[in-house]
Amino acid sequence: MSAHLLIAPIVIPLLVGALQLLIGDRRPGVKSALGLVSCVALLATSIALLVMAADPPGGGQLGGVYRIGDWPTPFGIVLVLDRLSAVMLTLTAVLGLTTLQFSLRRWARLGPHFHPLFQFLLMGLNGAFLTGDLFNLFVFFEVLLAASYGLAMHGSGPKRVGAGLHYIVINLAASMLFLIGVSLIFGVTGTLNMAALAERIPAVPENTRNLLHAGAAILGVAFLVKAAMWPLGFWLPRTYDAAAPPVAAMFAIMTKLGIYVLLRLSLLLFGDEAGPSAGFGERWLMVGGAATLIVGMIGMLAAKDLGRIAGYSLLVSAGTLLAAVGFDDPAVTAGALFYLVASTLGAAAFFLLAGVIAPDGDDEIEDQVLEAYNPTNAPLFTEEDETIVLISAPTAVLSAAFLACTLMVAGLPPFSGFLAKFAMLAPMISPQAAPAIPGGGVALFALIILSSLCSLIAMVRAGIQIFWADPDRNLPTVRLYEIAPVLGLLGLCLLLTVVAQGPMSYMRGVADQIHSATIYVSGVLPDTSLGRRP
Amino acid sequence: MELVLSAAIGVLTASGVWLILRPRTFQVIIGLTLISYAVNLFIFSTGGLRVGSDPVLKSGVDLERYADPLPQALVLTAIVISFATTALFLVVLLASRGLTGVDHVDGEDGTP
Repeated sequence: MSAHLLIAPIVIPLLVGALQLLIGDRRPGVKSALGLVSCVALLATSIALLVMAADPPGGGQLGGVYRIGDWPTPFGIVLVLDRLSAVMLTLTAVLGLTTLQFSLRRWARLGPHFHPLFQFLLMGLNGAFLTGDLFNLFVFFEVLLAASYGLAMHGSGPKRVGAGLHYIVINLAASMLFLIGVSLIFGVTGTLNMAALAERIPAVPENTRNLLHAGAAILGVAFLVKAAMWPLGFWLPRTYDAAAPPVAAMFAIMTKLGIYVLLRLSLLLFGDEAGPSAGFGERWLMVGGAATLIVGMIGMLAAKDLGRIAGYSLLVSAGTLLAAVGFDDPAVTAGALFYLVASTLGAAAFFLLAGVIAPDGDDEIEDQVLEAYNPTNAPLFTEEDETIVLISAPTAVLSAAFLACTLMVAGLPPFSGFLAKFAMLAPMISPQAAPAIPGGGVALFALIILSSLCSLIAMVRAGIQIFWADPDRNLPTVRLYEIAPVLGLLGLCLLLTVVAQGPMSYMRGVADQIHSATIYVSGVLPDTSLGRRP
Repeated sequence: MELVLSAAIGVLTASGVWLILRPRTFQVIIGLTLISYAVNLFIFSTGGLRVGSDPVLKSGVDLERYADPLPQALVLTAIVISFATTALFLVVLLASRGLTGVDHVDGEDGTP
């Protein structure tokens, strides 16, 4: 039974999404309940997998390898659970549960098929985190992208459709690059299994190695589009700003997916054991990450509304993470992973909060959409919602939550953003660090500190304008079910500070595991001669 | 054969890229379609170009003489996915046209 737990994060949302499609629009209550059940089940599963990855049942070092259809490993598709994928799965499940809870009463009803699309997005994300096959990764990418196209335009309106149009074109073009990269790599090595690739890359003959590097670079560009590296990330602020707040919050993990794949593949395929290809692309990641950081900072300072600021704050965290991946140092990676979790939770909370504080308020579109997609003709809010679940002191709650978000995004104590940045920055300037670019550690250190300052300035300015500048301003009504997920996410950020020891040591374990390609290769290919390196 | 195939891939890609950079949504969708054709041909070519090799395993025939089945499986998947996403894009294109009244990618015509 526990062996099949590995595929549950893919199967659960698939089945629930299909079921929700069958139920249709007539019974929104059943759909919402199913969605919540699925998200809770995903959270439980991923926590079980987190434990399993930390202490593998079979005694090996990998959490588990699931052969789909039980085909022998280099031929069939495998799902691989290691600590990194377990962490990403848990993060996805937490985000899924909170954003779904946020969207249930209002946003989920502003258009058709929100629930199934949401489940398919979760399925695609989970699959991409678990798969151990490059082409299967492409398939899961497409699953989550197809769902995200629908979700990005959820709620309709010219702004969302316009931004969605651009988003789709960018991603279709990136998918083509993905395919070109994958087929070049396949042409050179003859395999698409990531473990087998890691095994074969050191032995690739010299005359085709350039072709392999070209393939890897094209593949990398496809992931960098997802990870929003400058200049490939220009689409992000506009799309995320236009998307409905819960959707944008869920999308916060999609840039992290790009970073996850880059981290995994660059360490697995081009790590220290990759022979002549070792360290391929590290400089590019560092320089690109630093450039993304700078663009994110400038964007945050220039942005006026909260949605844009949140979008650019995602660019800042993506840049920080990309540069950290390029650093290729286990201690930096451990800190970066902690930062990845903390910044995703913080960004999601920020997007949700921005949706509560400054609803884009296009009531006309909302009414049209409701009329078209509301077969039961129920009003958006019942009287019970309006009287019972309102928070009595909206300004106090909202401003406290905003303050927490500010501290989180800028990386100030007591929130976990501070610890995460500290854990990442300290090893960067240590004398043992050996970045691909000499002096890169100090430069990055300065840039990241500067980006924190810029975030702080931008957020404080926005806070003053929202809460202080106009005393007569009517803050929107705050409903408990909308503010609860925000507070939950922020509470989680705080919790990560209080019990930092546990997560931090787990992240150190993750970093040690992914920095050794041998563990992955021998875990996935135990029986073949391929699995044993000389 | 290699020359014909690579020329076809090159021409399709070049036309596709040019069309993607055009300001009308319809040109963009045709461009994406052309690029996906080029990519499909490209994936197909990674298996090596051979004429008359067996697709199905038979006893007594050397493994070297078979066509590589994997690129064909990959290209099939790629065709299905790119077809589906292009169709999805077509719907969005029509929605954008309906909401803004123009077929410009930015939703407004630059020329007054």
